[in-house]
Amino acid sequence: MTRDRFERALFRVLRPLVIAFLTVITAFPFLYMVMLSVRDIQELILDPGSLWPQSFTLSTYADVLGRQGFVTFMGNSAIVAVASVLVTLLISIPGAYAVARLRFFGRRQVHFLFLAVYLFPAIVLAIPLFVLFTMLGLRGSLPGLILVYIAQTVPVTVYMLRNYFETVPQSVEEAAAIDGCGRMETIWRVVLPLSKPALMATGLYAFMIAWNEFLFALLFLVERRESWTVSLGLSQLAGSIEIPTTVLMAGSVVLTLPIVVVFFASERLLTEGLTAGAEKG
Amino acid sequence: MTTAGGGRLTRRGRTLQQQEARAGLVLISPTLLITLVVVVAPLLWAIMLAFQDARLINIRRTGLFGNYTLENFSYVISEPGFWSALLNTLLYTIAGTALSIVIGLVAALALRGAFKGRTLVRASILIPYVAPVVAVAFLWEVMLNPQFGIVNTWLSEPIAFLTQARGSFLGLQVPVALLTVIAFEAWRYFPFAFLFILARLQALPGELEEAAVVDGATPTQRFRYVIMPQLWRVVALLAVLRFVFTFTKFDDVYLLTGGGAGTEVVSVRVYNFLTARDDIGASAAQAIVLAVVLVVFLAVYLRFFAGGERDQRSL
Repeated sequence: MTRDRFERALFRVLRPLVIAFLTVITAFPFLYMVMLSVRDIQELILDPGSLWPQSFTLSTYADVLGRQGFVTFMGNSAIVAVASVLVTLLISIPGAYAVARLRFFGRRQVHFLFLAVYLFPAIVLAIPLFVLFTMLGLRGSLPGLILVYIAQTVPVTVYMLRNYFETVPQSVEEAAAIDGCGRMETIWRVVLPLSKPALMATGLYAFMIAWNEFLFALLFLVERRESWTVSLGLSQLAGSIEIPTTVLMAGSVVLTLPIVVVFFASERLLTEGLTAGAEKG
Repeated sequence: MTTAGGGRLTRRGRTLQQQEARAGLVLISPTLLITLVVVVAPLLWAIMLAFQDARLINIRRTGLFGNYTLENFSYVISEPGFWSALLNTLLYTIAGTALSIVIGLVAALALRGAFKGRTLVRASILIPYVAPVVAVAFLWEVMLNPQFGIVNTWLSEPIAFLTQARGSFLGLQVPVALLTVIAFEAWRYFPFAFLFILARLQALPGELEEAAVVDGATPTQRFRYVIMPQLWRVVALLAVLRFVFTFTKFDDVYLLTGGGAGTEVVSVRVYNFLTARDDIGASAAQAIVLAVVLVVFLAVYLRFFAGGERDQRSL
């Protein structure tokens, strides 16, 4: 047998094994999460090795949403995420357009600033913001948190949108200008409708950051239970002994599901947006 | 007529070029404003706090100027806990980065060609990266729980993965909790590397590989001499990104172990000094040291391994 045939045969066997292994290590934990969330805590303690619950129950969900207050937490998370998305778009659309199309003083430096912010460690930022919010009495308020999320996402979204705006043919914009559109009107009527996929991707990115974020939520909101986000709520309740693990698992499902649904509804847009930078030389 | 050339004056007495520059600044100003107020100004303040004796109780009296001191730094550096945390951070970052890229590369190569159910497998691979960190950390905690965790029901002897600092494996002393945290890091972030590498793989021109097949190159030779040379740039980029993100990461370690069992990384220390010890100055000093170490590593890396400028631009 030649080396070539041996290797081909080897990889023909290895490849399905690798694929199966990757699928198991990624899918199994989440299936386990769902399976745990629909059973009683007694069952888990008596028979921790079983995968399939003997009796299904949805009381865990009722418990976590009602008694533990996850409905409130989800409301807070939704407010934070939606507000972050809207304001991020509102700020980054004109910014990205300016960087993509207009020649102005400092255009190149602006680009560098965004990159620096993108790579900037959040933990360094956390200290002064924590102090500032304490001094202003803003701890426990959602708008402060939203402001921080916007500042963290805007540099990245400007970068993502700029890449896309540059692909919009300049001639289309010129045609609009000849037809009598001002600059704002051109952006609104020509550039934005042509950039829908990029706008979706950008919005989703901002949504995911705001929904998943933990550090700033912990620092700013931990003392006011009624303003906890879902992430913070789960992390705080996970330490308590009184709440059964299966109920908290239901909480994890509630926390994970929206983001997974949103992601896969628009996955293609988002991954293209994320990796677009890698392709550009 | 007046709008024809760049040099002509418009109604308001400005050239078109001036007008464009003005519009550009106006449109970019909200972005600049929010980054300046929420990122740049706090960063400067963090540096100032690191040189002051600041606590939440006396913060109003500390003021912006005056009483600058190096005490925070000497205090922080003299604590042995800081150095072990820095060592943990390095181990955690290097191992986590390397593992996530290697697994991501293997995954991208395996999923490169078409097969039945590929979309589904791809979706499954992305979930750990997309799911909220709080949920997956809790999930790992439960699965690895020594009493009722499912992983321990498969083992002959339960292992306290997240609360045990040292254990022996095949007669070797191993840092159990630190390895578990690294495994978590690799598991959670290999999809990130997978996405980047797969995108690059699919953009590769097919001719080179076809030519290699014609020349009789075996699969491993094709990988070694044809595919890998074309992937180095994206791998180098990933190495920088993952290193930077992991080096200052707080969430994952804090949620999994709270920094206990020999897994304390510098960012968790920064948090503890800030909230539990209420020592803002020392907390800021550690964060600054962490950031400086990161910058030094990046500079060395970009200078010696990545060919400098070219790769910086590809970000």
